[in-house]
Amino acid sequence: MEHVRNGYGFDLAGARLVALPSGALLWPEQSMLVVSDLHLGKSERMARRGGALLPPYETRETLDRLAQDVARHDPGTVVCLGDSFDDLPAAHALQGEDVLALGRLMANRRWVWVEGNHDPGPLPFGGLQMAELPVRQVTFRHIAKPGTSGEVSGHYHPKASIRTRGAGVSRACFLIDRTRVVMPSFGTYTGGLHAHSDELTALMRPDALAVLLGPVPQPIPMPRGA
Amino acid sequence: MLPERFATWFADRGWSIHPHQQEMLERKDDPALLLIAPTGGGKTLAGFLPTLVELEDGAHEGIHTIYVSPLKALANDIKRNLATPIAEMALPIRVEDRTGDTSQTRRKRQRADPPHVLLTTPESLALLLSYEDAPRIFRGLRRVIVDEIHALAENKRGDQLMLLLGRLQTLVPGMRRVGLSATVEDPEAMADRLRFHPDPCTIVLADPGPEPDIAMLTSPDPPPWAGGGGRYAIPAILDEVRRHTTTLIFHNTRAQAEIFFHALWLANEDDLPIGIHHGSLSREQRQRVEAAMAEGELRAIVCTASLDLGIDWGDVDLVIQIGAPKNVKRLVQRIGRANHRYNAPSKALLVPANRFEVLECVAALDAVRERDLDGIPPGPGGRDVLCQHILLTAAAGPFDADALYGEVHRTGCYTHVTRPEFDACLHFTATGGYALRAYDRYQRIREIAPGRWALRDPRQARRIRINLGTIMDTDVMKVRLKNRLGGAPLGEVEEGFANSLVPGDTFLMAGRVVRYVNTRELTVEVTRNPSKEPRIATYIGLKFATSTELVDRVYDILHHGHPDLPAHTVGWLALQKRRSHLPTRDRILVESFEMDAREHTAIYAFAGRNAMQTLGILLTKRMEEAGLDPLGFVATDYALGIWGLERLRDPAPLFTLENLQDGLDRWLNQNQLMKRTFRKAATIAGLLDRNTAQGRRSGRQATFSSDILYDTLMKYEPDHLILDITREEAMRGLVDFARIEEMLSRTEGRVDHVELDRPSPFAAPLFLERGRVPVEGAGRERLIMEEAGALLEAAGLDPSGVPEKPYADAG
Repeated sequence: MEHVRNGYGFDLAGARLVALPSGALLWPEQSMLVVSDLHLGKSERMARRGGALLPPYETRETLDRLAQDVARHDPGTVVCLGDSFDDLPAAHALQGEDVLALGRLMANRRWVWVEGNHDPGPLPFGGLQMAELPVRQVTFRHIAKPGTSGEVSGHYHPKASIRTRGAGVSRACFLIDRTRVVMPSFGTYTGGLHAHSDELTALMRPDALAVLLGPVPQPIPMPRGA
Repeated sequence: MLPERFATWFADRGWSIHPHQQEMLERKDDPALLLIAPTGGGKTLAGFLPTLVELEDGAHEGIHTIYVSPLKALANDIKRNLATPIAEMALPIRVEDRTGDTSQTRRKRQRADPPHVLLTTPESLALLLSYEDAPRIFRGLRRVIVDEIHALAENKRGDQLMLLLGRLQTLVPGMRRVGLSATVEDPEAMADRLRFHPDPCTIVLADPGPEPDIAMLTSPDPPPWAGGGGRYAIPAILDEVRRHTTTLIFHNTRAQAEIFFHALWLANEDDLPIGIHHGSLSREQRQRVEAAMAEGELRAIVCTASLDLGIDWGDVDLVIQIGAPKNVKRLVQRIGRANHRYNAPSKALLVPANRFEVLECVAALDAVRERDLDGIPPGPGGRDVLCQHILLTAAAGPFDADALYGEVHRTGCYTHVTRPEFDACLHFTATGGYALRAYDRYQRIREIAPGRWALRDPRQARRIRINLGTIMDTDVMKVRLKNRLGGAPLGEVEEGFANSLVPGDTFLMAGRVVRYVNTRELTVEVTRNPSKEPRIATYIGLKFATSTELVDRVYDILHHGHPDLPAHTVGWLALQKRRSHLPTRDRILVESFEMDAREHTAIYAFAGRNAMQTLGILLTKRMEEAGLDPLGFVATDYALGIWGLERLRDPAPLFTLENLQDGLDRWLNQNQLMKRTFRKAATIAGLLDRNTAQGRRSGRQATFSSDILYDTLMKYEPDHLILDITREEAMRGLVDFARIEEMLSRTEGRVDHVELDRPSPFAAPLFLERGRVPVEGAGRERLIMEEAGALLEAAGLDPSGVPEKPYADAG
């Protein structure tokens, strides 16, 4: 794998991991790239359910960004940490161009779909499907289990605010403490949950960090709720 | 002409009918009438008299007249005012209001059994017209009265209303239109907007009434060098409040009203009863103040545009305007709030908030005395509103595209819309209008026969109705006191402001200091906290731009002086001249200085706020390219302030037309103002759901910023209809590039650059102006890095696994 310039490195259960500017997580020693909450097909699902007719380009955009990370790091394994599709019909409704793009990404590497709450059940693509994925001391699952350690999860789409001199800035972020990592959402049409929300405050240890996404990921003390 | 019963009623009250009321009665069968009459001039009665006369015999069934006003409260007020003549003449007329506040049961009953006179708002009328039984509801309609029509002509609510009138006109071809206003600078243009082309519109002018009694407030203390809000004048203002029965204290922004009210309350040693009223306060808060005002319990009300329009609450005998009135028409409107008696002059005082505003106040007083109203000519109707109108029409039932286009084309502000443009809107509402035909299966409306369109799924009608309206409230969050019972609602703040809060932050809300606790769903939870220095919440509230007429007057005063200028202002101008330069019409003045460890640049070019803002966009882009790391800018009608990490050394080359024009397109696509415009257009046109509350309640992390949609659409389909509308709006409203061109040709590259060791007297107020626009770029990233480092250090955090430097070698 290539050198990682603008990553944020940290240890979890003896594993050396790197949070990337894109919101993906890299485990160089295992040649593994992890992304969470792609929510592919979100606009199709909304339209199908009678909602807004959003620009139908988010799947292409999300896969494009994933392709950039894959090209840069050429991982042997890609793990999609759940909610990879906005729902199962959305997975089946993926359009030709997007299916090809996904196929190109999956070719010649190990691909693991961890199930999320949005996409439980069989997917029409190759790769392994698992409820959770243990690798050495680290467990990859979609929704964090309080009380566990050595866990990488997604689901919450965490974001955090920082006050700079001029104005407040709110960005998607990794939440990291010595027992777990909560990954940001990689999907294009996805919002976020404030780190200082009750759920995330309860989940993370008091000394947790929020690593804000940006050209260079920035660690700050995780903003906490009351 | 005047029936017996009416003549007697006038006589009994010792009144005689005003000439303009008589004329409105005589011309009652004209297809359209525009009445311009001063506040207190019997304008409402003039509008309603023909209706009252026509309904006198009790023979009419169903709705006869719809009255539309921009304010819910105004509908209420009119109901009260009509009750008196109807009761005293024992007229068989039923009058009811129908607004967002009307209960479901009553609304249902009104649809089944409509009153003779329905008082409503554009939004509620839109809702009524979206029902399948609209033709039945409006069957007997004879007249629509649009009150305060000037307030509805300047915005999309007006565009929508005019389209709705077109719908009504098709349902009831004999319907007549009446427009009422006290302040219209161009009656011909207004009449052109009101009429259903090619039908004519008659203009009726009333006697304008006596000159108002207006002056600048003289206080022992001169206004401060910088800042807004007029706090320096509080002792003098309290004196005035004591001397009058009820005083309205107008502010230009909600934030300023909050700060001022807070300060006024601290200085209010006599415990005078004083209230605050603005559009971001909760309905409960506002209604409490309105009721107290009507009862005469309040001596003063600190308020904003929310009390601009004609409601007779209490006995207001003085109006105080804090801060420069940005436009003469609005000032005249506000002055009219005092003394609702015909032939009695209104009394008003202007309080400049800082020394620059002294110039604006002097200019505005001249303009009011000369009855020189200003205003931007209303632009063509927005196509986003047209998209919504197509959906509304579909919600009411199948429609013919040809007929709908014919109706739209006869509407004043839409006569310019071509058939291909209309068709593009039609296809957008059907499929989203994407080149990638992803949604053909999920079309919202579809062609059921050649040229005939209908909803694909009738259940969509509900969703369309929920999203009706052009007022944007999607980017605000409610503020609520946190307690075990759920807590009292206080008002709302901008979502962006709410997102920037961290627990423990304090801000002003409804006149008190509150502490941020948490955000739940769409609600910001706070507790009371009187101890800490608050931040200032930001509000969507209207940001007035000073009219070009006033800018020109200020410009003349700057150069030729004015007998009314106070000595301190004369001295301040002299100081600016000594320390730097006085800006001149044919040169651009640029000042550079360091302040708070940031490099500041002030540019004086007098091109009007929108153009100065555009200039800010373009110059910061150039500065970013030159590695100066600009962080943000703020624009006023006269000047532009930019701050950043590096100093601008050579400004002159920046001010060339090629240079600026070249950057316009590229930068425009990237900036926050465009994204905000996009959000608005996309919501009105039905691309985004207005009522995001439901979506968020079901899962907060599922919603996302409209900025992402903008970026995605820009990347994959830059010619999409909504981007086209966004660009058009931006070029007109926020960009005003024509005035930049005018400014550049006027100055012909003559740039004076002055480097100072501190802000000049002109620059100081500039950098305290609100409405700062952040620049996303290298400078912002540098700051985040600094701030992150400082935070980690302050927290004493050295968590396991965090290396000294970002991880640099993953091997």
